[in-house]
Amino acid sequence: MCGIAGALLVQGQAPLPDPARMIATLRHRGPDGTGCFRSPVCALASARLSIIDLQTGEQPLANEDESVWTVLNGEIFNYLELRAELKARGHRFRTRSDTEVIVHAYEEYGERFIERLTGQFALALWDVRRQRLLLVRDPVGIRPLFYTRVGGQLLFASEIKALLAAPVTAGLDEQGLAQVFTFWGTVGERTVFKGIRSLPPGHRLVVEKGTERLEGYWDWTFPQGQGRTDLSEDEAAEGLHALLTDVVRQQLRADVPVGAYLSGGLDSSGIAALAREQVGTLQTFSLTFEDPEFDESAYQRQMADFLGVRHCTFRCTALDIGNAFPDLIRHTETPVLRTAPAPLMLLARHVHEAGLKVVLTGEGADEVFGGYDLFKEGKIRRFWARQPDSKWRPLLFGRLYPYLTRSPVANRHFARLFFGQRLQELDNPFYAHLTRWSSTRGIFKLLSPELLASLSSAAPEETLRRQLPAEFPAWSELARDQYIEVKTLLEGYLLSSQGDRVSMAHSVEGRVPYLDTRVIEFANGLSARYKLRGLREKVLLRRALRRAVPPAILERVKQPYRAPDSRCFFEGGRPLAYVQELMSPANVRRSGYFRPEAVQRLLEKCRTGRALGAGDNMAFVGVLSTLLLQEQFFGGRAAPAAPVSA
Amino acid sequence: MTLRAELRQFILENFLLTRDDSSLGDADSLTARGILDSTGALELVMHLEERYGITVQDEELHPDNLDSIDRIAAFIERKRAA
Repeated sequence: MCGIAGALLVQGQAPLPDPARMIATLRHRGPDGTGCFRSPVCALASARLSIIDLQTGEQPLANEDESVWTVLNGEIFNYLELRAELKARGHRFRTRSDTEVIVHAYEEYGERFIERLTGQFALALWDVRRQRLLLVRDPVGIRPLFYTRVGGQLLFASEIKALLAAPVTAGLDEQGLAQVFTFWGTVGERTVFKGIRSLPPGHRLVVEKGTERLEGYWDWTFPQGQGRTDLSEDEAAEGLHALLTDVVRQQLRADVPVGAYLSGGLDSSGIAALAREQVGTLQTFSLTFEDPEFDESAYQRQMADFLGVRHCTFRCTALDIGNAFPDLIRHTETPVLRTAPAPLMLLARHVHEAGLKVVLTGEGADEVFGGYDLFKEGKIRRFWARQPDSKWRPLLFGRLYPYLTRSPVANRHFARLFFGQRLQELDNPFYAHLTRWSSTRGIFKLLSPELLASLSSAAPEETLRRQLPAEFPAWSELARDQYIEVKTLLEGYLLSSQGDRVSMAHSVEGRVPYLDTRVIEFANGLSARYKLRGLREKVLLRRALRRAVPPAILERVKQPYRAPDSRCFFEGGRPLAYVQELMSPANVRRSGYFRPEAVQRLLEKCRTGRALGAGDNMAFVGVLSTLLLQEQFFGGRAAPAAPVSA
Repeated sequence: MTLRAELRQFILENFLLTRDDSSLGDADSLTARGILDSTGALELVMHLEERYGITVQDEELHPDNLDSIDRIAAFIERKRAA
């Protein structure tokens, strides 16, 4: 696990930026050492977090005759199998590292070597003879990789701050902001930095002799129609259990201890249990909150006792979140609409201080096995749309969001109006997501007239529609909803702002067994009834884990991980000092993004505890994080207004 | 200030975060405009109870009473008259 950076001269003669300067900005990703490769046309750099082959695994790393060089961020979990295969074909290895299989696999299989890798990674590979650069990102997008073109050069890095250090200047990408304020994250190649692109998950960029090819090599796909129904429930559950056990076995590979996160829910409990079966000792980590609405410590303790692990907790207060938030945005490099990544960043610090570098997490199970209430929402809406006059069908909405103290279904009359919007748009690919996106876009009411005007042609939904695969309409309804969820929330937020960026902020690698492509492909091939049956979520996963997890956790209704929002930014009835300054009318006016008077009203509403709903809280966190982003990356904060004398 | 004007001011400032009077008509549906959902209804009811001294019963938490400025005004007048 590491940070990587580099540059390629595509045309012209301008000297390449110093890779050491770029990689210096990524030391939080790799504090154990840095290394650079320099030639007149290509530069590669790595900041290493040593996890496999602590002694000889330095990067950049080359093949036998130094004609192929690579830097890797992440892990190749099947490196032992690949290594044996390549040695049998005559390749000589100098190290025990997973990185070295990359250069030999490339020699052996060419560009398509990537399809043989199992792992979570972003890598750059430089073929000296062919003068060919490959940038590759793992199938699901667990590790980040950004790139940009400046004056005949292509620059790339694990985080945008390394590109800015090259130096590259980039302003706010307003279309990217519109996407965040709709989907919670950007989609496809777009970022919130103008001109800086994200290499999409499952893609490779090949640059050779002045030409570029961006190619997808893997994507989530589903069968036409309903999918497999031939497996009995027990057969499917046994198959999944065996598969998950094998994936966890591979993901435990490390020359340092591997820990696990325990949220108190089914997903992380299942992974910790499968890991515990395979290792002598296991250390687990959990977040706890003062507020019982968010706290799951009773379930966490129960699971830790059941497993007999060494369990560590970090109690996070609202003020911890407020104080950590500026640092969070420096790491996420995008606005966020929830504070939930901040506690996870603080938990990663706790893990780091405990001396661990790797944790297994339960991320991804809700997308793969149909866990979200949003999938149920889509199912009820479609069911209701068949009989729109039905009185009792919309009553099913009362079964959703039981964990919210102020739920959108709290009042059935308003729930009916709210979820009944666009009820008959059954052919809309975003059917299940329409109400959520429409709520999120409430933030647009805070935008300045200038920004709104420049966004008049921005259509985040249309952009996403153009990126859908041709076979999408033939998939089941649940499959379509899963795909949209993956392409928006998972790729754009959960794996980045709430995943890689917050754990790597403190040099901790999160591993996500549920997002191994073998697990995804197995689950995607099955009919929806193995996942969401009636309104019961993750049916198959529950069955597969029934012997690994105690009944109280197995039967829990899903409680998504959440944290307190706008109240984190006030103490003693006053905004925290940086919040006051950033949200001051002068600074908001100077930013040009928001209406100062609207921000003042929202600030006052939140300060006085009148912001009850998700909409106001999302808007507050979205505005504050955008202003922090501007301060940290786009040109600072307005000078505080001079005190007014009485 | 008339009841409708007061209600309008509260909804504009509290939900639309503006004073721009032209952005909301008295008959506009607050749910269709994305202004009011269940939690928004809760905020609105808290305000009505505090400001107008009425008590809103659970069964009165209905869009027929709360989904536009006109409907809210009529609802308050009915409650006061009762």
